[in-house]
Amino acid sequence: MRARFESPIVLLGSRLLSPYIMLFGIYVIFHGHYSPGGGFQGGALLAASIILIRLSGGRIISRLQVQEFFTTPLAAIGVIVFFGTGIVAMLFGSYFMDYHALPFPGEMTPAELRYYGILVIEIGIGIAVMAILVMIYDHMVRGEDYA
Amino acid sequence: MLWEVELILFLFLILLAVLALEANDLLVAVVILTIFSFTIALLFTAMGGIDVGFTEAVIGAGVTGIFFIIALFKTSIRTKD
Repeated sequence: MRARFESPIVLLGSRLLSPYIMLFGIYVIFHGHYSPGGGFQGGALLAASIILIRLSGGRIISRLQVQEFFTTPLAAIGVIVFFGTGIVAMLFGSYFMDYHALPFPGEMTPAELRYYGILVIEIGIGIAVMAILVMIYDHMVRGEDYA
Repeated sequence: MLWEVELILFLFLILLAVLALEANDLLVAVVILTIFSFTIALLFTAMGGIDVGFTEAVIGAGVTGIFFIIALFKTSIRTKD
C-alpha cells in the first residue's frame, strides 16, 4: 500500500472516463426537477469526476483543473445562490423560497416561475456539494501526495 | 422486480456484511463495502425509491470508497484483532 509507482494506464483511463461523468452530472442537475436526481446527486457526480483525476494524476496535474484554494469560495457561492433565491423571493413580497414572486424578466405564469426557480436552487446545491466534497478530499490528502 | 431476485439480493447483502466485518485486510473490507452499497442501491431502486438508489450508488459506491481508501492510506491496513 505504501509503495508508489506511476501507471500511465490508470491515468489514461481516468482521463477518458472523467469528462463523461462530468457531463452526466450536469445532465442530472439540469433535469433534476422533473426526473430522478437533483442538485445533490449531480454535484456528487461532478465531485467524483474531479476526485478521479486528483486520485490518479496527483497534485501537479489536478492543479491544472481545479485549484486547491478555489473550493472554499465556490462552496460559499453555492450556498449564497441557494439562500439568495429564497431571500429575493421574500423581498418581493412572498414567503421564503416561494418562487412565484421571483423577478424574472418577461411575462411568465407562476408555474414557469416555479420551474426556473427550482432550477436555480438545484444549480446552487450542485456547486456547493461539488466544492465541499473536493474540499474534504484536499484536506484529507494534505501533506501526503507529492506526485 | 421478481421476489426471487429480491430474496437473492437480500441474502447476498447479509453475506457481504458478514464478509466485510470478518476481513483481516481492511482494503478488502472497503471493496466489499462498495459492493454492499451497490447491491443496496439496486434494492432501493427495486422498491421504487429511484432518488434514494441513485444517491446511494453515487455516494456509497463512489465517493465514500475513495475516502475510506485515503483513511487507510494514512493509517495502517491490517487489523489488530
